[in-house]
Amino acid sequence: MEPISVLEDRKNQIYRKGQDSFDISCEKKSLAGAVSQRACVFCGSRVVLYPIADALHLIHGPIGCASYTWDIRGALSSGPELHRMSFSTDLSETDIVFGGEKKLEQALVELIAEYEPKAAFVYCTCIVGIIGDDVEAVCKKVAAKTHIPVLPVHSEGFKGTKKDGYKAACDALFKLIDQNRKPEKQIPLSINILGEFNIGGETWIIKEYYRRMGIEVVAVMTGDGRVEEVQSAHRACLNVVQCSGSLTYLAKDMEKAYGIPFIRVSYFGIEDTSDALYDVAAFFEDTPEIMERTKTLVQEEVKTILPELSALRKDLTGKRAAIYVGGAFKAFSLIKALKHLGMAEVLVGSQTGNKDDYALLREMCDPGTVILDDANPLELAKYVMEKDAHLFIGGVKERPIAYKLGIGFCDHNHERKIPLVGFEGMVNFAREVHETVTSPIWDLVPRKSFNRAISKKG
Amino acid sequence: MLLRHTNKEIKPRKALTVNPAKTCQPIGAMYASLGIHNCLPHSHGSQGCCAYHRSALTRHYREPVMAATSSFTEGSSVFGGQANLVQAINTIFTTYEPDIIAVHTTCLSETIGDDVNQIAIKAVKDGKVPDGKHVIHASTPSYVGSHVTGFSNMTKAMAMYFSKSTGTPNGKFNIIPGYVEPSDMAEIKRLVKEMDINPILFPDTSNVLNGPMTGKYKMYPDGGVTAEELTATGDSIGTIALGAMASADAARALDTKWKVPCQVQDLPIGLAATDRFIDALRKAAGVSVPDSITRERGQLLDIITDMHQYFYGKKVALAGDPDHLIPLVEFLLSIDMMPVHIVTGTPGQDFEKRIREMTAHLPYTVNVKAAGDLFQLHQWIKNEPVDLLMANTYGKYMAKDDDIPFVRIGFPILDRVGHSYFPTVCYKGGMRLLEKILDVLLDRLDRDAPEESFELVL
Repeated sequence: MEPISVLEDRKNQIYRKGQDSFDISCEKKSLAGAVSQRACVFCGSRVVLYPIADALHLIHGPIGCASYTWDIRGALSSGPELHRMSFSTDLSETDIVFGGEKKLEQALVELIAEYEPKAAFVYCTCIVGIIGDDVEAVCKKVAAKTHIPVLPVHSEGFKGTKKDGYKAACDALFKLIDQNRKPEKQIPLSINILGEFNIGGETWIIKEYYRRMGIEVVAVMTGDGRVEEVQSAHRACLNVVQCSGSLTYLAKDMEKAYGIPFIRVSYFGIEDTSDALYDVAAFFEDTPEIMERTKTLVQEEVKTILPELSALRKDLTGKRAAIYVGGAFKAFSLIKALKHLGMAEVLVGSQTGNKDDYALLREMCDPGTVILDDANPLELAKYVMEKDAHLFIGGVKERPIAYKLGIGFCDHNHERKIPLVGFEGMVNFAREVHETVTSPIWDLVPRKSFNRAISKKG
Repeated sequence: MLLRHTNKEIKPRKALTVNPAKTCQPIGAMYASLGIHNCLPHSHGSQGCCAYHRSALTRHYREPVMAATSSFTEGSSVFGGQANLVQAINTIFTTYEPDIIAVHTTCLSETIGDDVNQIAIKAVKDGKVPDGKHVIHASTPSYVGSHVTGFSNMTKAMAMYFSKSTGTPNGKFNIIPGYVEPSDMAEIKRLVKEMDINPILFPDTSNVLNGPMTGKYKMYPDGGVTAEELTATGDSIGTIALGAMASADAARALDTKWKVPCQVQDLPIGLAATDRFIDALRKAAGVSVPDSITRERGQLLDIITDMHQYFYGKKVALAGDPDHLIPLVEFLLSIDMMPVHIVTGTPGQDFEKRIREMTAHLPYTVNVKAAGDLFQLHQWIKNEPVDLLMANTYGKYMAKDDDIPFVRIGFPILDRVGHSYFPTVCYKGGMRLLEKILDVLLDRLDRDAPEESFELVL
């Protein structure tokens, strides 16, 4: 394959451990014209709030933003499923000229009457920011009329990156908690789970761990979420934040407003899951039974999964993986989990990592690993080939690239169908990696079979 | 629960779209651009638009989809996107080295009033467009029309930008295949060639979005209409536009500009529409229909006669794009099925009119709506149940809720393969459609048959 060149302006966003000595440049706006894998503010808000299943999610803008986000993320609900419907004001040319406020109000009133949601979120798209609809005022008016919280989400696409969308979603969540806060007592031995979206039922696994530990989960934000639970979130003793990028803003706001401390955890992989549970148990040190129960839980769970893990590890040892994810925090967990399977990372990249994230990545990675910020497909393809990776871990846009190159793929984004968190998630992950990496399909890849034929001849 | 959000009682809705049967213009423009050889589509707007379109196209085609974006920021939406686009053009030509950049706008850049034509001229003046390279553009505001409109606008743009007339006819024939699958484009081309006509087919996504697995990643796959071919469209002896909505504008523009006589035909879906297409080709190019095509036609007719008893009187609900639905409804009527509910999300009076004319002779009134949505279709189905549903993947919710045999057609198809490899147009495509319809109808018959009348031979 011809060598692929790298954009001059992007050289500081690509780092090779052991070769380069500069600080990786990050948190930059993408270069105009780059084929970036990044999304927008609206996307960030939509993915965070989407799993709240008994709320109305109305997208205020032309149809596209609603169409592209209609039920593509498998955030499961154990009850209502209103979140899986697609509601849009479907703005047309006349609305752009005369404003969309009337339409928005009418849509909200109609929908709230029809579905009786517990709250409504109104997502502002690019166009709403430009034509200047006073969404805040419309929401207030409708809230007064319908007696449910109606919350504007300021997620105009051009106002930043996906991260700014997380912040806009956190603002809306905080409002939901704060607006409706009644002076209620703190619930003893309780936590909120933040940044967990119940993809493939992951929330349920984590909640079950906490139940076994004797800890009450007040609210999950937002996996299998319910408005009423979110509104009680201020009654918890501790916020446990997963997926550092998205919900840390909310945790900080809640700390400031209600004095609820927070810790950052990851439920991915054996170490991180155990650490998460131990950290939470340690927080409730006045109740030592919790730590006892946690120890038992971890021992039992690890014992259950180890035999299968070591069997799978045999086939995976020495295989090389490329990782390209949204938030860098996920990459940390993936690196650890891959080490457990005997695999090495050769490329690690993220869409939205910050300086600290990349410093930590640099420390964690093996020498020679390529570290990328806001990569484009050409760069990804280039390093996957150069490093001869066996596996690519990424999202929807990366999948066909990996397959075209003839290597295995594992979706660690919202299109995954099986839970990857916790101890059982680790086995699921190992199975998924095994299934794709050891597939006989890759032996049929023309590039490889050609090489094999050559080497046989030689 | 998801499926129980559709209630039977139909209330008028003025202000909102629920479960859309369309999406926005830019994705259609991006799809059309991918049908040009060595072309990188460019989205002049926020990063999210581009990411969503690429993801949506990737999910449907399971192929890498490349496109760049102007990455609008708050600044560009205040001061205009000129600087972004000029920088983008420079970045793209120096790094990704396409021959052509196809720029489409978004609701954002349209509303702030960016003049892409003027920006493109400036880019050329500033020396950002290397010799022999091209920047073409189409205006595709998301709040007008639908994805079909965007496809039409970009198709027209490519014809207008490139076409020239030398005054000497080149003996070729322009075929505009419409917003169809890569497989359909290939099939149309095959049939035209079979008629001994030398076609210029544009756009042409075959071998772009249904390419083979090679073990290599090619940013610009082998397929696509070339700049030279597009230039030659002005010298062609005629144009046939397939599908009024997606193709007529480009054909008429060539007629007006270069006096290339055009005719607009329905998409060749089903027997009668394919007959008309073949007949139009025969007359326009002065050729006779070869036996091979007559044989294909006969085979399609043979399947219909063999199986006609299973089609008789079956009620069908349909959702899709106007250009597809018009000949499809005609086809279903011709095999004695009963289309009863027909919805397209794309606005436009002509669609309802055509369907009404086509169904005027029926002893019942057909429910038909342009600018409709899938929620409405589902409500109609609840009120008058059907034996078959034909829609894109989102139809599966209705199919599951009401236990309806379901055939996937149109865009997007997110949960099955085949559509990009096997056509549904022309005679062969007609056979495939019948096979798909029969499969689900007969599976249902088998499933529901009491044991004593469970038949081996059908």
